[in-house]
Order: sequence, then structure tokens, then C-alpha cells
Amino acid sequence: MIRINCPYCGERDHSEFSYGGDATINYPSLDASEKEWTEAIFFRKNIKGFQFETWHHSNGCRMWLVVERSTVTHEIKSVKPSHPDLQKIVENNK
Amino acid sequence: MTKFNAWNVIKNGLNGQSYWTRQWRDPEPKSSYDVVIIGGGLHGLATAYYLAKNHNIKNVAVLEKGWIGGGNAGRNTTIVRSNYMMPGNHEFYEHSLKLWENLSHELNYNVMFSQRAHVSLFHSPGAKDSVSRIYNIMRLHGTDAELWDLKTLKKKIPHLNYHNSRFPILGAAVQKRAGNARHDAVAWGYARAADTLGVDILQNCEVTGFTRKNGNIESIQTSRGIIKGKKIGFAVAGNTSVLWQMAELGNLPIESHKLQAFVSEAVKPLLDQVVVYGVGGAHFYISQSDKGSMVFGGDLDWYKSYAQRGNLPMVQDVAEAAMAIFPSLGRIRLLRHWAGVMDMTMDGSFFICKTPISNLYLNAGWNYGGFKASPASGWYFADLIANESPHNYVQNHNLERFEKGINIDERGAGPDPKLHG
Repeated sequence: MIRINCPYCGERDHSEFSYGGDATINYPSLDASEKEWTEAIFFRKNIKGFQFETWHHSNGCRMWLVVERSTVTHEIKSVKPSHPDLQKIVENNK
Repeated sequence: MTKFNAWNVIKNGLNGQSYWTRQWRDPEPKSSYDVVIIGGGLHGLATAYYLAKNHNIKNVAVLEKGWIGGGNAGRNTTIVRSNYMMPGNHEFYEHSLKLWENLSHELNYNVMFSQRAHVSLFHSPGAKDSVSRIYNIMRLHGTDAELWDLKTLKKKIPHLNYHNSRFPILGAAVQKRAGNARHDAVAWGYARAADTLGVDILQNCEVTGFTRKNGNIESIQTSRGIIKGKKIGFAVAGNTSVLWQMAELGNLPIESHKLQAFVSEAVKPLLDQVVVYGVGGAHFYISQSDKGSMVFGGDLDWYKSYAQRGNLPMVQDVAEAAMAIFPSLGRIRLLRHWAGVMDMTMDGSFFICKTPISNLYLNAGWNYGGFKASPASGWYFADLIANESPHNYVQNHNLERFEKGINIDERGAGPDPKLHG
């Protein structure tokens, strides 16, 4: 079991969460080329090692999180709210 | 290599089994080959075999970082079927099934292919309609497919749970020619047959880098020295992205996920078919090995991972599915469970295609379906490497299909790799 330290709820089993995917995708502008959109939607780095990824606390606070986790050892380095403004609020409330 | 036949069995039986030769050589790497296949799994070995057999290209090496049969070749639930509906897929998997039917003779190796029928249970009228459509498409293409009503199903498999009120069993979609095989035997059989035709199988030979020249890959750095290849094929599903980035080719429409499988203690004959609790229900598949063990599996672990070990929530999930459909398994003890790393693709279909490097060819993205596909995968990958152009069946199984909008999405799940189970 992976334990994810949700910034809103505290440390919980990963079975409370749903895995989203790569958190580093930058979607292009609406008028960008098909090639750019194809790259953003379908192509992945698929990192072997530490990666930033999204998790949804679907059986908890239902907030989206960005987790830095190793895809080899499953060790977690950091957990943050996915929205940058919420990140600031959480940081300020520490 | 001593051929397996009645005469040799008797001769060796009378001589203390002393005349058998080793199954395949353990050669030193040559400095160069016509074709180098990276990945000594079922797909890599099959590719090497068909390169030698169908295309007379015998100066071939298969590079394996571990040992033959130690990767996903030994980490699957050994199910063979061809119940696909998308153009390209159904022809491809049907050809694979036909190759399976003659594989033991072809390789002179008993792969214990058992056409015991693949039984997909359905649990709602909607699921019945959906699976009927798929199985009708199969019939139109000449693949065997039939529906069993509840009466037939109860007669064939009386000990399923027919009183599940959440997912009542309404019947089953059946492919009788489907079944399973012994995974190790397939790996060993292909390795032995390829070796006999002159292919060098290089174990403990891990690729660590590539040297490029004029846009091509000139040589491969390995843990056993530098090896040159005129043509190079990747067949390393699970780790394709790692090798792809080693060749500085960027991103792929693939994520690596792990899939668990389970094997129980051996019991007396209990189940004659491969049963899938999958259409409109949970996701669970089970069969009984010839040794008597129940072999079963379920969903992915739901998060991206390269770890070859499973996580406990999925063990519970699979056990619950087993109990829901097969309550008689309640007291059976689990012997082992393991995980294999899958190339999960953005549309659930595979890649057998050319790449941006002109002497590099890609075989990847096998999702859940790698085991049954291995004979045809080797067949068409060898064809691509030898003839430089893809066969009709795999002409759209390339990396450009996403930009062109011709995704081969059997399940209709969209661009989320973990959903294509």
C-alpha cells in the first residue's frame, strides 16, 4: 500500500485515491497545430524514476493533488494541491 | 540439438537420458549481425525465428538483459484467444490463433496448447447486446464464436455462482478454439527453434546505449560489448519508453503499468475452460493449469509503475471477484502472485512499425494481450524488418495513427492507458 499525505486530510492509504496521470502536460492553445495537440494528448515521457503525477482524493476530500513519486520504488517525495493558488494557501497555513 | 520424437525418447530412455543436447547454445556475441532484436521475450524470440524461417535471414542476434523466460514471458495468465473486432486486430489475432494451433509441430516442442474454450460471462442485457455484436463481427470474418444461453452454461460449468444478485449471469460469449498454453514452453520452444536455424541468443546482455551514424543506429553498447546491427528491432514491451529515450527519440503513446497474476495450490480437475467475469461485471479471468493450480488475474494496479511487484488492494479486489463468481474457491490457498510491467497504449492496441530512425523497427504496446499475440507478432515484425513495409493487417498499427485520427480503440475507452485493460 502506498501512503499519500493529503495536504487537506493527512496521510491515507492510496486506495482512497484515484490515479490521474502525468502532471507535467502543458496543453497548447486552441489554435495550435494538430501535431502539438497529438503530442499533448497521446504522447508521454513515461519516466522510470521520480515523476510528477496527479491523484484525486476521490474517497476523501475530492481534491486533485500533485504527487512526486518514484515509478520504480513507489517512494513519495512531495504531495501538493494541484492548483497553484491552493498551494499558496496551504503553504501559508502551515 | 536433438529432435524430440518417439525414437529419441526410446533411445535416451535406454541410455540413461545421456544423449540429449542442450536446448540452445550460449554463444559469444559476434561483432555484427544482419538483424539485432533487443528483447528475448516471446515476441523477440518469435521474430528471430520467423526471420530465419520465413525470410532466410539467419545472421540474427536476440539480446536479453536477463534470462529467457524471466520477464513477461513468465508473468502472464497464458490465455490465447482471438475475440477482437477492430479492422487489423481481428485478422491479426486470428492469424495468431492459427499459428498457435500448429505451434507444437512447428517448433518440435510441446507448448501444451489446449483449446479448451474461452467463456466470457455477461451480466446484463446491454452487455449481451454488446458482446453479441463483437462475436457476430468475428463470425463474419470467419472466426469461431458463439453464444451460450444460461441452460447450456449451467450444464458446462455447473459450479459458477448463479445466484449473484448484483451481477446475475445471463449467459456467455464463447470462443471454442481459444484456450491456453504453457508459457515457459513457448519461450523455450521459440528459443530452441530459432537457435537451430542459426540465431544467436545472448542472455545477460543488457543494452546500455546506442551509437548513431548518419541518422542510423550504427552499433549497440551492451553489457557484453559493442554489437553492430544492420537492422535493429525493439521488442521490449514494458520498458519500451526507456529504450526509446536511450535512442533519443522522445515520447511514446505508452505508459508502463503493472498487472498482477495469481496461482493457487494444485487441486483436482475443477474447471475445463478459461472463464472471464468481464462483460458488464468486474474484471477477472481464471483457468486451471495442467498441474492443477488455479491461474487467475484481474485489473491493473491503476497507477503507473515499473515495479515488478503487485500491491495489496488489487489482491483483495481479485479475491473478491473470485468469490463473487466462484464461491467454491473460498478455502483455496494462494501459492504465488507476481506482477509484470505492461506497455499500456493510448488506444489499447499495439505497434509493429517503422520509426524515425531508418534502420530501427518497433514492436511494442501489447497491453494485456501480449501472450496470445506472440506468434503473429513475431511473424509480422519479421515481415516488416525483412520487407521494409508493413503487412496490410498491421498497416495502421503505427505511431502516426493518433495524429491521423485512426485510433484502434477496441474498448472505446479514450486516451487513458490504464483504462485499456
